[in-house]
Amino acid sequence: MSDEGRVAPPVLLLSQVAKSFGAVVALKNGTLTLEGGSIHALVGENGAGKSTIVKIIAGLYQRDSGEMQLRGETVDFKTTAEAKSAGIAVIYQEPTLFPDLSVTENIFMGRQPVKSLRRIDRAQMRRNALDLFARLGVGIDPDRPARGLSIADQQIIEIAKAISLDARVLIMDEPTAALSGIEVDRLFTIARALRDEGRAIAFISHRFDEIFALCDTITVMRDGEFISSGPIAETSVEIMVRQMVGRDIEQLFPKEPAEIGEPVLEVDRITEPGVFHDITFNVRSGEIVALAGLVGAGRSEVARAIFGVDPYKTGSVKLNGKTVPKRDPASSMRAGIGLVPEDRRGQGLVMGFSVAWNTTLAIRKRLARAGILTPSLENPVAARWASALQVKASALSTEVGTLSGGNQQKVVMAKWLATAPKLLIVDEPTRGIDVGTKSDIHRLISQLAGEGLGVLMISSELPEVLGMADRVLVMHEGRITAELDRADATSESVMFAATHGTAASA
Amino acid sequence: MTATGMPHRAGFGAGVGRVFRARETGILIAFLAVTAIATGVNPTFVFSTDGWRNLLLTPTLLILLAIGEAMVIITRNVDLSVGSIFGLSAWTCGQVYLAFPHAPIVVIFIVGIVCGALLGLVNGLIVTIAKVPALVVTLGTLYIYRGIAVLWAGSNLIDPDNLPSDFQSLGHTSIWIIPKLTIIAVVVAVIAGWALRNLRAGREMYAIGSDPAAATLYGLRTRRRVLTAFILSGALAGLTGVLFLSYNAGASSQSGSGYELLAVAAAVVGGVAIFGGSGTILGAVIGALLLNTISNALPVVGIPDVWQQAITGALIIAAIILDRVLLLRSTRKLVIAEEASHV
Repeated sequence: MSDEGRVAPPVLLLSQVAKSFGAVVALKNGTLTLEGGSIHALVGENGAGKSTIVKIIAGLYQRDSGEMQLRGETVDFKTTAEAKSAGIAVIYQEPTLFPDLSVTENIFMGRQPVKSLRRIDRAQMRRNALDLFARLGVGIDPDRPARGLSIADQQIIEIAKAISLDARVLIMDEPTAALSGIEVDRLFTIARALRDEGRAIAFISHRFDEIFALCDTITVMRDGEFISSGPIAETSVEIMVRQMVGRDIEQLFPKEPAEIGEPVLEVDRITEPGVFHDITFNVRSGEIVALAGLVGAGRSEVARAIFGVDPYKTGSVKLNGKTVPKRDPASSMRAGIGLVPEDRRGQGLVMGFSVAWNTTLAIRKRLARAGILTPSLENPVAARWASALQVKASALSTEVGTLSGGNQQKVVMAKWLATAPKLLIVDEPTRGIDVGTKSDIHRLISQLAGEGLGVLMISSELPEVLGMADRVLVMHEGRITAELDRADATSESVMFAATHGTAASA
Repeated sequence: MTATGMPHRAGFGAGVGRVFRARETGILIAFLAVTAIATGVNPTFVFSTDGWRNLLLTPTLLILLAIGEAMVIITRNVDLSVGSIFGLSAWTCGQVYLAFPHAPIVVIFIVGIVCGALLGLVNGLIVTIAKVPALVVTLGTLYIYRGIAVLWAGSNLIDPDNLPSDFQSLGHTSIWIIPKLTIIAVVVAVIAGWALRNLRAGREMYAIGSDPAAATLYGLRTRRRVLTAFILSGALAGLTGVLFLSYNAGASSQSGSGYELLAVAAAVVGGVAIFGGSGTILGAVIGALLLNTISNALPVVGIPDVWQQAITGALIIAAIILDRVLLLRSTRKLVIAEEASHV
């Protein structure tokens, strides 16, 4: 152990903590040390295991193995209540308050001050709330209901709650993601004040400038594993990015060369206020364009807007030179756009129905004779695509709900390929899919591009982006911050553009 | 940063403002209006011994059921079995009198309440442990509990001869001018209302109904609170069965049937949000008063009582629409206030 010989044990120590969900390993080696009077940054790509660590500390998940110590003593939190009573408070990105109850009640729920007859002392409780707000330097009405509070104020309520519990450990999970500049400043002032009171604070963020401005020490994670830890002064953005992404990429995704032709999709300055701004790009036939960026950067929203599911206020979308109407998925489909959504179980498939039914879902009208669709009409089409995509199902009548994630994804893709699309949008095509099937999906996407299809691929997995894409567009907070050719796209350049808004947002 | 001075205002002015804004006030006014109109048409509606007693006595059963129902609904659940619990408890108490004709009244009350609490416990356990939606569970037990009563009672009746006279007189006598049953209902309402407002357990019920996921994250003992709500709802339905047996001087296998929907209606009309988290016992009580008084008043003002159900239905829908509108309006107002406080 590295901390032998220290005088006092760290406030919170996690060592080699692991957690799996069935076959999916969420955390292989969670190692984290939090010291009192210090703000510690926890960084990593999406899926690096940060949230899993947070949930284990919070008592929401229980670790499978490894060691967790609070002030030198092993702890096993089975419920959030246990973690809380041990002095650990977690402030989530989207706080969860009780909308119907007052701000004061939200802070003190379950441990309100009481008078005789175990009656809640409302006046005392209100005074305590006002005291807390005075300490935090904020003016929130203690009597108003929590409904309608801004995210920033909801976080303040959570922090007030943590202070009133006298939490010695505060975990802030991406607290600044939804805050404005002024709100971030206010939060940082409070965080520093709490640090100076001797509390241990963990700060999770994707914004490097904030990490350098606020934190004292840092831990980097990648793929569920601890990578490095040390004082913030001894690291730099470049080192951090390399640690976050560093991995051999080229060998995993053998992209086949394809002939790149005319633009299929032209997106011209589409804007939806508050969601994405001035998005302009094109996708040519035979080309795979990756839309990279962090979760919440607005990538899926852009894809959904192009397909017509979500609105956009200004700008235009053209397919093969013809304008695609806004908010009309049916005509997008007719025009030749297919969307393989991120949530394939919820949005891509009808789980209780068969492989054949799902495969022919998008071409039902065309297949039907006199409005009636029979298995004898469905099955030949479904069989052709199922074998082309190597869907591993015992029969075409198998319910798709019983298939593995990878095979479900193949069925969703088969559904769209049956419509003979010109542009295929795939949103996180391999999320939650095992490694073997992953390369099947990659080979398939590559093949389709080779046949002249334009592909727009949203992916949070950098290796996938770098391995598959002819061109990489990087989004940050609703804007495209970089456009990189395959040759220029590296983990570092993509990650840098994904975390730095300043480059192109002027 | 505080731009809001007004909400901090305390004392008499704020108190009056709160009374006028309260959801209960509207229902109370509706109740008073219905009573006034019926009395205008026929003064005996209030100003006669029978009229006065009807006004106070007939709603007591529904008030008790609505109190339990309100607690369950506040936790974002529903109890559709209260009518059946009421019936089964009434029948059980009647059977106790058949076996022990001189059983003390207090024992009968305990039997009824415990019987109801056990049936409520079954509901609560299935809801909290098997995680089956309360709507489904209590719809099932509605039929099961009623089925048990039918199996047990067949076409038999408990009639006045089976019941001691002091038990029967409880249902028909008054202290001063207030019927005894009404006093029981009022005492229960005061205790329940006080507990829901002033005890941690009560506030946690609101929290759970307001956002169950947040309640779990918060570390509240959601299972225990929901279970408690179902047990209390069952116990109150059991108590209602006892009072019914006394007031009605008898029972059958069908006693209490149909009351479950009236109980839900009373709570909802009284401002208990059907998705949990808000509403008060006072509201549920006034809701029960209103529904009951409307059905008493319709014949008096010459509206055929076939319209009674339609009017009850219209009231429920109106109450839910009103809740929705008030919620949207207050959310908008709160968001505006929030934005203003950051300028």
